[in-house]
Amino acid sequence: MRRNVLPGLRLSLGVTLFYVGLIVVLPLAALVFKASSLGPEDYWRIVSSSRALASYRVTVLSALGATIFNLFFGLALAWVLTRYRFPGWRIVDAMVDLPFALPTAVAGIALTALFTTNGWFGSILADLGIKVAYTPLGIMIAMCFTSLPFIVRTVQPVLEDLDPALEEAAQSLGGSDWQIFRKVILPLLTPALLAGVSLSFARSLGEFGAIIFIAGNQPMSTEITALLVFIRLEEYDYQAAAAIASVLLIAAFVMLALTNWMQSRALRYTVKG
Amino acid sequence: MGATRTGRKPPRVGDQPLFRRMLIGIVLVIVALLIVAPLVVIGVEAFSKGWVVYRDTIIHPDTLHAIGLTVFAAIVAVPVNTAFGVAAAWSITKFDFWGRRFLLVVIEIPFSVSPIVAGVAYLFVYGLQGVFGPMLDEYGIKILFAIPGIILASMFVTAPFVARELIPLMQAQGRDLEEAATSLGASGWRTFFSVTLPNVKWALLYGVVLCNARVMGEFGAVSVVSGNIRGQTNTLPLHIELLYHDYQAAGAFAAASILALIAVFTIIAKVALERQGAGRVRRPALVTSPAEKAQ
Amino acid sequence: MKIRLENVVKTFETFRAVRDVSLTIESGELVALLGPSGSGKTTILRMVAGLEYADGGHIYFGDQDATDIPVRDRGVGFVFQHYALFPHMTVAENIAFGMKVSKVKREKAAIEARVVELLRLVRLEGLGDRFPAQISGGQRQRVALARALSVDPKVLLLDEPFGALDANVRHDLRRWLREIHRELGITTIFVTHDQEEALDLADRVVILKDGHIIQQGTAEEVCRNPQSAFVMKFLGDANVLAAEVRDGKAYASGAAIDVSGMADGKAELYARPADLDWSAQGPGIPASITRVLDRPDGRRVLATTETGDQLEFDVEPERPVKAGEGGFVTLRRAKVFAL
Repeated sequence: MRRNVLPGLRLSLGVTLFYVGLIVVLPLAALVFKASSLGPEDYWRIVSSSRALASYRVTVLSALGATIFNLFFGLALAWVLTRYRFPGWRIVDAMVDLPFALPTAVAGIALTALFTTNGWFGSILADLGIKVAYTPLGIMIAMCFTSLPFIVRTVQPVLEDLDPALEEAAQSLGGSDWQIFRKVILPLLTPALLAGVSLSFARSLGEFGAIIFIAGNQPMSTEITALLVFIRLEEYDYQAAAAIASVLLIAAFVMLALTNWMQSRALRYTVKG
Repeated sequence: MGATRTGRKPPRVGDQPLFRRMLIGIVLVIVALLIVAPLVVIGVEAFSKGWVVYRDTIIHPDTLHAIGLTVFAAIVAVPVNTAFGVAAAWSITKFDFWGRRFLLVVIEIPFSVSPIVAGVAYLFVYGLQGVFGPMLDEYGIKILFAIPGIILASMFVTAPFVARELIPLMQAQGRDLEEAATSLGASGWRTFFSVTLPNVKWALLYGVVLCNARVMGEFGAVSVVSGNIRGQTNTLPLHIELLYHDYQAAGAFAAASILALIAVFTIIAKVALERQGAGRVRRPALVTSPAEKAQ
Repeated sequence: MKIRLENVVKTFETFRAVRDVSLTIESGELVALLGPSGSGKTTILRMVAGLEYADGGHIYFGDQDATDIPVRDRGVGFVFQHYALFPHMTVAENIAFGMKVSKVKREKAAIEARVVELLRLVRLEGLGDRFPAQISGGQRQRVALARALSVDPKVLLLDEPFGALDANVRHDLRRWLREIHRELGITTIFVTHDQEEALDLADRVVILKDGHIIQQGTAEEVCRNPQSAFVMKFLGDANVLAAEVRDGKAYASGAAIDVSGMADGKAELYARPADLDWSAQGPGIPASITRVLDRPDGRRVLATTETGDQLEFDVEPERPVKAGEGGFVTLRRAKVFAL
């Protein structure tokens, strides 16, 4: 190992490791420890119970739906914010961060108020025969809201930094707008898009506050996995809570690994010439 | 004739007026429905029962206590997290050591973990059925269902905020300045305060602002560890839920309006800090550092 | 393809980048646009390409008014300063791109064959599968050229084609570009701020300053007969002395030179280092040597005149001059421009 030129490694690394250990690693290790104390059979019985399976289903499907919506809308929003200038674009740009800044519980009651059958949007949708609040659709909308900024904010800087000469080169070679978008711009955005998608999906899987108000929380149909963990806690069934929480934790780690892999792929082309 | 043609640019991709207008239109409508409407509805609902109900909710002792607790949690958690973020950034960007990249990933973990999972995890450390709970109970130390638990859970969910802003920036700035300062005889602290800090102050503040917003707004993790004792361990977001389920919707929205206001101020601060250049150097720097490339 | 620019004007915000430029480029000619930064040379090139639109004036390709034809229909090959290679495509895919997006449908095999042919032309056989990040700067430059040539352009335009390269790579590529031009005979315009590059490579050099054409001509014409102090200074090292014109003669620090036909008045005398010489006796400009710089091909002498002017000139390697020596600077030739 190289000798360190700068001082402070021992102190700063010590503080870092102590804090990460105490605040992050210890609790997660305790959770894994608790879940693993169950024994494989009990563990499997709990995490594969029909109520748990139904909760995975509604969570994953809603998260998928929300992510797909955000993939298209987030890309469009990022495109509009980087390519077009219109009155108020700065305000729209700032508003994109609202879902990050607004506490999830506040977002939850606000979305519920909008989408209940006597709410602003809910009443119109009810006339059309669409019910949002207390259905999986409501869960999806809450997830759309909370995870919206991820895709916009990962794509936007890449779009901003895209060398205009690449587009000009493609134009000078005779490409149409659609060809240039599909063959030059989109491939260059893809790593950022995928990273945004995996962040957005991971956030939706774990979301709690924004969803529980709008979801209806009916077992087997509108009960998300995070809520099931909470319910098991309130029933003092700590082992079941630990087991189901561990499923969410594993999902989170898988998504984290995926995101990191995608971000390292995103660097593949960026060696400066 | 020259004057009338001034400023024309050859069209870039997606510049056809019709396409452009349609795309802007669609995006603005969705932004209005999905982002603006929830913000507006909070204000409308908060005052739906009139100013008196609004005021009464805000000055109710339980609400005031919740506000106080939320502020207290932020006052403790944010500085501690800031100190951690600075230490983490210094160690990770100014030195090469084994496991550096792994440490980076570990710091980011709280971002991926559901707040509920975080809450449950703390239960299994400090709760009666947890690892240290029984021992702490013997000494009469109460962490869970009390203020320390709320602060610890808040620290978990916000642990990466400051570090995440500082690390890519300090990575990109390299070690030259610090090495120069050290070669001129400056101490470590001196180097940090007079060379490093001035260059990262906006990014640091940016991380602090975002961290603060999240601490004040955290719901899931806190709701597991707080025990929801009205007037004792209720933070503002928990108080909102309590009022909402008590069928005091106007009261819930009144309390929510305070948090919404904080969110709006957070965004204003964020935009102001971005003008100063904060939040610019983004995550890719986390993955590969120039130093690693050179090796 | 003959190209004609007629009173072309371009303004950015309030900055007038190109002011009333008219220029004709003959079919098959290789022309350099030479000028310092901000002279408008790149803007002119981009207007010819259709990457900028002229605010006023016209650009003709042959007899066709191309002023408003978008770049994708203009049929130009453009080599960007930093090449703008598509980073996510291999070298071969980059070269094939123009043929794939063309309105003229080509067989896959025909495209592949053409890519192979172009790779051979730019001497990059076997590198088709590499990504741009995996090849050297000089190789990227050649890929950019192959890509620009792939669509059989009517005109080849190069923006600072050698600007981002090391000096020795630059030298080889320069000679090679000249060969390719001779082989293909395509009308070519390139932009450079490097006078040596322009003089070495181009059939004709167009010198620009502040959005105007200052002078144009063959390398010989602009070198032997610079028509302004700016061109004199821009094309190479020059010594400057204050001068006075009286009765067809210019007088500067004790030297006189014939300038018949020039009006009387204050002027400046310009002389290249090779235009001056050193001798122990007069007549000449009295001076003393302050420093001698030895170089592989000769000796550069720095001298100070009695009036305090600094002069630089070259003498043969064998000449025994040394610092502190006094004598006279003699003029072999010089240019005088009125102030």
